[in-house]
Amino acid sequence: MSFEPKIVGLLCNWCSYAGADLAGTSRKKYAPNVRVVRVMCSGRVEPTFVVKALQSGADGVLICGCHPGDCHYIEGNHKAARRIPLLKKMLAQLGIEEERVRLEWVSASEGDRFASIVDEMTEQIRELGPFNPNGGGQDG
Amino acid sequence: MSEVSLTIDDKDIIVQEGMTILEAARSVGIDDIPTLCYHEALAPYGACRLCTVEITSRGKSKLVASCTYPVEEGLEVNTRSDVVIAARKVLIEMLLARTPHAKIIQDLAEEYGLKETRFKVDRPEELCILCGLCARFCEEVIGASAITFAERGIDREITVLPEITAEACIGCGACAKVCPTGLITLEDIYGRKVLHSEAGLGPSTPIYVPFMYAVPAVPVIDHDTCIHFKTGGCKLCERFCEVEAINHEMEDEYEEIEVGSIIVATGFQQFDPSAITQYGYGRYDNVITGLEFERMSNASGATGGNILLADGTEPKSVAILHCIGSRDKNYHEYCSRVCCMYSLKYSHLLGEKIPDVDIYQMYIDLRCFGKGYEEFYNRLQEEGVNFIRGRAGEVTNVAETPEERGKLIVLVEDTLIGRQRRIPVDMVILSVALEPQADAEEIARLVNISRSADGFFLERHPKLEPISTATDGVFVVGCCQGPKDIPDTVAQASAGAARALAMISKGRVEIEAAISVVDEELCSGCKTCIPLCPYSAISFGEEKKVSVINEALCKGCGTCAAACPSGAITSRHFTTEQIMSQIEGVLV
Amino acid sequence: MAKLKLALYWAASCGGCDVAVLDVNEKILDVAEIADIVLWPIALDFKYHHVEAMEDNAIDVCLFNGAVRNSEQEKIARLLRDKSKTMVAFGSCACFGGIPALGNFTNRAEIFERAYVEAPSNDNPGRTFPQTMTQVDGNELELPEFFDTVLTLAQVVDVEYFIPGCPPPVDLILKVVDALATGQLPPPGAVIASDKTLCDECDRKKEEKKITKIYRPHEIIPDPERCLLEQGIICCGPATRGGCGLRCIKANMPCRGCFGPPAGVVDQGAKLVSAIASIYQAESDEEIARMVKEIVDPAGTLYRFGLADSLLRRKRMPLAKAPSAVARPLVEVIGR
Repeated sequence: MSFEPKIVGLLCNWCSYAGADLAGTSRKKYAPNVRVVRVMCSGRVEPTFVVKALQSGADGVLICGCHPGDCHYIEGNHKAARRIPLLKKMLAQLGIEEERVRLEWVSASEGDRFASIVDEMTEQIRELGPFNPNGGGQDG
Repeated sequence: MSEVSLTIDDKDIIVQEGMTILEAARSVGIDDIPTLCYHEALAPYGACRLCTVEITSRGKSKLVASCTYPVEEGLEVNTRSDVVIAARKVLIEMLLARTPHAKIIQDLAEEYGLKETRFKVDRPEELCILCGLCARFCEEVIGASAITFAERGIDREITVLPEITAEACIGCGACAKVCPTGLITLEDIYGRKVLHSEAGLGPSTPIYVPFMYAVPAVPVIDHDTCIHFKTGGCKLCERFCEVEAINHEMEDEYEEIEVGSIIVATGFQQFDPSAITQYGYGRYDNVITGLEFERMSNASGATGGNILLADGTEPKSVAILHCIGSRDKNYHEYCSRVCCMYSLKYSHLLGEKIPDVDIYQMYIDLRCFGKGYEEFYNRLQEEGVNFIRGRAGEVTNVAETPEERGKLIVLVEDTLIGRQRRIPVDMVILSVALEPQADAEEIARLVNISRSADGFFLERHPKLEPISTATDGVFVVGCCQGPKDIPDTVAQASAGAARALAMISKGRVEIEAAISVVDEELCSGCKTCIPLCPYSAISFGEEKKVSVINEALCKGCGTCAAACPSGAITSRHFTTEQIMSQIEGVLV
Repeated sequence: MAKLKLALYWAASCGGCDVAVLDVNEKILDVAEIADIVLWPIALDFKYHHVEAMEDNAIDVCLFNGAVRNSEQEKIARLLRDKSKTMVAFGSCACFGGIPALGNFTNRAEIFERAYVEAPSNDNPGRTFPQTMTQVDGNELELPEFFDTVLTLAQVVDVEYFIPGCPPPVDLILKVVDALATGQLPPPGAVIASDKTLCDECDRKKEEKKITKIYRPHEIIPDPERCLLEQGIICCGPATRGGCGLRCIKANMPCRGCFGPPAGVVDQGAKLVSAIASIYQAESDEEIARMVKEIVDPAGTLYRFGLADSLLRRKRMPLAKAPSAVARPLVEVIGR
């Protein structure tokens, strides 16, 4: 029995949101599992959003920004590039698989790339199974 | 400088002191004093003595070399007296004996009515008249001193010392240019093929006007090939410029100009078809690009508008190959838009300039999308142009039949008749792709815009905002945004100008509403946010010991809000509460 | 005026908060003047049945310290809630989970395995574990149920005030006593501490928040004049409420976050990840990997006192069935 992963996508307005838009206008077929929340820059994405998403019922979180060097706000994506790996280490300590949080660079012209990232992540999370927000342990 | 009055050939003239008689004569239009070893750019040498004139001063006459003799007050000069003519004749006879086959000496002999020389001809193949122009030019002007006189008396000769010349000679060709007899030539020993000396199609002088009708139509000096910058010498152009417009010491000036908007119109570059080796560009002389054909066809071009092969003859058959580098998964997948129409145009031009020329167009599709374009295509079909539907596979010079010998053979699959064909032609024109300039990435980073997958600059919206970019105030127009023809470029350029003017005439700019704000009540002055802002919009207020964000500089990226460990920074319209609510909402 | 009825209780606690109350020293007499203590297990002999016998809201103020990690603690928390007008989460454990909440990195099965079988000093080949009900000599022995997850007080009952600190500083305790005596209490839900973070009261020199290396506190002797974070030592001060009097900073040790997050921050650890990663200068993948490596235990360091209070609350463990403790969702807690 497979379940449908719910993935929250945090996409930056200028590059990755436009790229996702392009996937749409190009009529690309891809998995519908990413629910997009738009931010102006991937630098706006704070680890709290990722944790909130997981705690609110997401099975995975996809953060997309502009390619390094191409950020509309010069280097917001550089900050995201530092925050997310550190967050993932902390989440690993909390028993959260590293595939559940993914940081990708998608430019405004990479509609295809966005679509394949979504497809790939959806399958990965489907295999991992649902994320249980209440955690819990085994009664011994 | 004081003036000197003298008489030349019964003409009273007044000239500057310090001039030689030859210079004085030429300055008033007396041009018929012959010279061989004189050059305006060089110090007078007086070697050939052909410029001999008769001067009379204080009743006494004598023969002097006018190129070295300075003007004197009251001098009387006769450039064509019997004595002078007789003297010149002897000189020319002697020269004829030295270099009987030098054309310039033969012309002089003819001018002075000499048919033969009474002197013994030592070596008939001799071409050097020992004028020294080459050596003097190389030393005085170029500053290289790579070629020199050696020996004395009858053994005197112009020579090179291989060990020195190998280092000193810069290959400028000045010696070849000034040599009056053509003894010195410049040889292309590397076999670099050049068609024409214009618009990048061949070598040109270091100081040149890029092409006729360049705007501004002033010459420019190419620093890399200019001899002055190599040897410190020459600067002839500066010497001869009457309005003193040339200054080799000009330095690049860097100016900082504050502007409110930027229009990027950096154009395109041509795809280099030598990458597709099977078309033979760069290997075969007569495979040229569309732009090269355009220059050749232009009346102000190197061939005066005549269409010529590399050997100077007219082609009798021409193949025009479409989609070179375009519509090609290996190079550029996009269509370059303009090539079909200009290829058709060339067919028409060729037909006009070369009667009975056979023209072949190898195409995939014919994109005649504009006003009158399809009608033009129909006309060409009536003019007898051969349209072959198939992208050419190869251009070769290996003949398989006698008819193909000496020609370029285009191998193409004609998909309309379903057969492979070999089309022998004299000239192949490649309709090459338009691609983004090599520095497009650099420019994009400089003005903070993106590029689309094909490398051209990205417009804000493909339908509704084809001029503006993601960055307010920066517009892209013309081919740097994507291949397009002249009417479309003009339209875009007008639009770009209009947008910029609209910004200027408004007089104010609306600041982004979605900016970040620091709550003084929560800010504890940890200073985490301050180095994060790429626009330096955050500063530390010393009195209250809190961070302060400059509204005018803040662009609203929210990086500071994300980093603020006390949650004191709010990113308006993208607050933490709003985003968290959205996250909850999308997961319902 | 009738004396206030005051109850103090310790749940999953080290006892330090009770000692802190005693640390008011002679001022305890002032306390005795305004209040009658009706429950204080560490010091006085009142029993549970005394509390059970009281009317609801008979107790004016209950200072509850310690986290809730077994069924007895939960039961008494609820009991005291019923019997008290005002419930105060006293100390970091009651407010945020505190050090006991580090147990949320594990669960009962693992803890029992370690405590009763693996620990080197054990000799338990028969794998005997404590049970909630056991027959001993014909009698039933009941032991509290040990929860998988440590909870904050507010995750079990409604709480009116929060006094953070490990333990709360004496002057803060006195401030509360004073407020209780005069009836000048802040609105319910308040955290009795500074509204700003520790950086506001920290008098160290702050120059530029850019670091190129993270040091663990034992690796260097920091300059006592300069900001610790700027010297590369992880100090949780920027995301921790002030009001503690800089006890740790003055000892040249970094703040560990025991006063919990400030009002604008909903997850202390996540915010610290954001701040530290933002100020660390790293561009290439290698530099970023180095930064991640240098922070040896991000979860433990940044959620040291607040794991139970964080958004995720605990480590995900392989699930057998639903968790045994009934945890209240965060939004229902008063004042948050």
